[in-house]
Amino acid sequence: MKGMTRQQIGAFLARQGILVAFVIFMVGFALANNRFLAPDNIMGVVRSSAILGVMALGVTFVVISGNLDLSVGSMMSFSTIVVLDLHDKIGPTMAIPAMFAMTLCLGAIIGFLVGYLRLNSLIVTLGMLSAIHGVTLTYSGGKNMDIADKDGTWFSAFGQGKLLGVPVPILMLLVLAAVLAVILAKTPFGRKVYAVGGNGVAATFSGIRRARVVFSCYLLSSFCVAIAGLMQASRSMGSQNTVGQGLELEVLAAVILGGASLLGGSGTIFKTVVGVLILGFIQNGLLIMGLQFYVQYVVTWVIIILAVWLDIAAKRGKLWSPIA
Amino acid sequence: MQNGTLSTFLKRGAIWGFIALELVFFSLAGEFLSVSGKGFLDLDNMLLLFKQSAPIGIIAIGMTVIMINGNIDLSVGATFALSAIVLLDSLTWPIFAGLGDWVIPVSWLLALLTGVVLGAVNGLIVWKTGVDAFIVTLGSMLGYRGLVFMYNGEQPTSHLNWTLVDFAEAQTLGIHTATWFLLGVAAVVWFVMQKTVHGRNAYAIGDNRAAAVNAGIRVGPHMMLNFMLIGFLAALSAVVFYSESGSVNPNDGQLYELWVITAVVLGGTKLTGGSGSVIATLGGVLAIQLLRKGLGYVGANTETVNLVIGIILIAVLFLDRQLNIKGKEALKI
Repeated sequence: MKGMTRQQIGAFLARQGILVAFVIFMVGFALANNRFLAPDNIMGVVRSSAILGVMALGVTFVVISGNLDLSVGSMMSFSTIVVLDLHDKIGPTMAIPAMFAMTLCLGAIIGFLVGYLRLNSLIVTLGMLSAIHGVTLTYSGGKNMDIADKDGTWFSAFGQGKLLGVPVPILMLLVLAAVLAVILAKTPFGRKVYAVGGNGVAATFSGIRRARVVFSCYLLSSFCVAIAGLMQASRSMGSQNTVGQGLELEVLAAVILGGASLLGGSGTIFKTVVGVLILGFIQNGLLIMGLQFYVQYVVTWVIIILAVWLDIAAKRGKLWSPIA
Repeated sequence: MQNGTLSTFLKRGAIWGFIALELVFFSLAGEFLSVSGKGFLDLDNMLLLFKQSAPIGIIAIGMTVIMINGNIDLSVGATFALSAIVLLDSLTWPIFAGLGDWVIPVSWLLALLTGVVLGAVNGLIVWKTGVDAFIVTLGSMLGYRGLVFMYNGEQPTSHLNWTLVDFAEAQTLGIHTATWFLLGVAAVVWFVMQKTVHGRNAYAIGDNRAAAVNAGIRVGPHMMLNFMLIGFLAALSAVVFYSESGSVNPNDGQLYELWVITAVVLGGTKLTGGSGSVIATLGGVLAIQLLRKGLGYVGANTETVNLVIGIILIAVLFLDRQLNIKGKEALKI
């Protein structure tokens, strides 16, 4: 009886571990400092997590379909630089669609290479990370981009504006998350993404066009990256060429923290959002407690490994791995 | 059969053919485009090329072993930085003040020990928890970087020891110290992978883990040993590089993991494990460094280097799949 209960607790912890951890962190930080749960603070954390969050939404699709995307960081730099440059050349109304088109092209290239040519996604996106960085540098000539007339444009609305008292980045994250959550959970396309990631061979034999699904996932990911780039550009109104550098691994960390398996076939949009928020609140909570920003790296390390470990430990029913 | 031999030859020799192509191209293009009076194939230039390849090359050799074993290590850049800080900081510790220049071997040992311990932590977690190495080292990439910052905040750690600088800058038999280390490491690791039981087992585990387990190979210790090896080599790379430069920023070594993996993949090592060679990795490292140097030499924008390397990486992957007959049958992933 007692063992049974322990097992049930273990299974629950493993299944909802990330939510439990989230609650524990929130309570802990709230007890440690009463400023933590202030609405302003919470709003601030969500707002600053929005860019990472939007990118993580797209990568969730890619990861569920059984692939990786390491190129989102340098792709985000690309779209930020492009939209800032075009803003002054052809105006914001034209610049934004142009930037989306260019970013989607990059996504399509990756989707073609991984989906249709079936090349290893880790290496393809690693190569694209480097290649897109090169394109960005060539495009900008290595210089920083700035919008000349920062006050005479409505372009700042996406990053700095507020609608009904809520910052626009938060709204964009929430709307996108809601739409993508419905697509992933309630549409045939969503089910195909899970099927392809869960067992590609079985999916192929049951008539799912694997290549097309993978292609769509990368296209979707680049669409999210374009939105993130727009938010970044609009927030800072100027940017370096390396603004997104290293974000790819943070995004991946958030997605993994949300419980998506790198082998594909599992994960949800909601849990990815929780993963993103955990990273954001840990960072914020440690700062509020007066610790340096880099303490969060160590805490994140421990949490990622514990989260994934508990997850697979529950699946195999044993804490320690069977590796001899 | 004929086809198989040809494709094997193409695969094995591809990286060296590519290097030869680069040399010819840059030499010829340099005749017309270069502003420098010296030829590209100038001996000093080539020796320098080897020296500049050393920091990435030494780590790449370790990464080859890790990937042959079927794992991956994303934390090498952070290990590199932390070992460098330990090296430069321990040179100034008061307890070693009485040692004079004998502090150098002690600091080297401490730095190398740091690398081995960090690698062992990765290996132990992979072994005992069964979490995929990609995730474990993605986490420790962040965690070790956090430790780097904790050590000395956002300040650079600097200490110049002139005996050490002289040693690092020396040219023995015309070859730089760093190059000796690169060649030495390549030779030793090549021997270990080709001629010892551990090397054989590492290949076997990467090729088919279930079969290796059934054959009675203890997978865990071998993986842990390999993680300790790459930690050691990341530290050795730091030791070689920072002995000369004498100052380390907390952000140093970032993105090294990506450069290293690029070099290893260019050399033809499979991400899925079971095949790969240390010598070919050396070729991959040289090819990248040649490309960087060559594009600069012919006056191309240095920005194009990233673009070219990215495209080449994907092209290699594509060609490799076309040449690999087994790959055509594979339906999954």
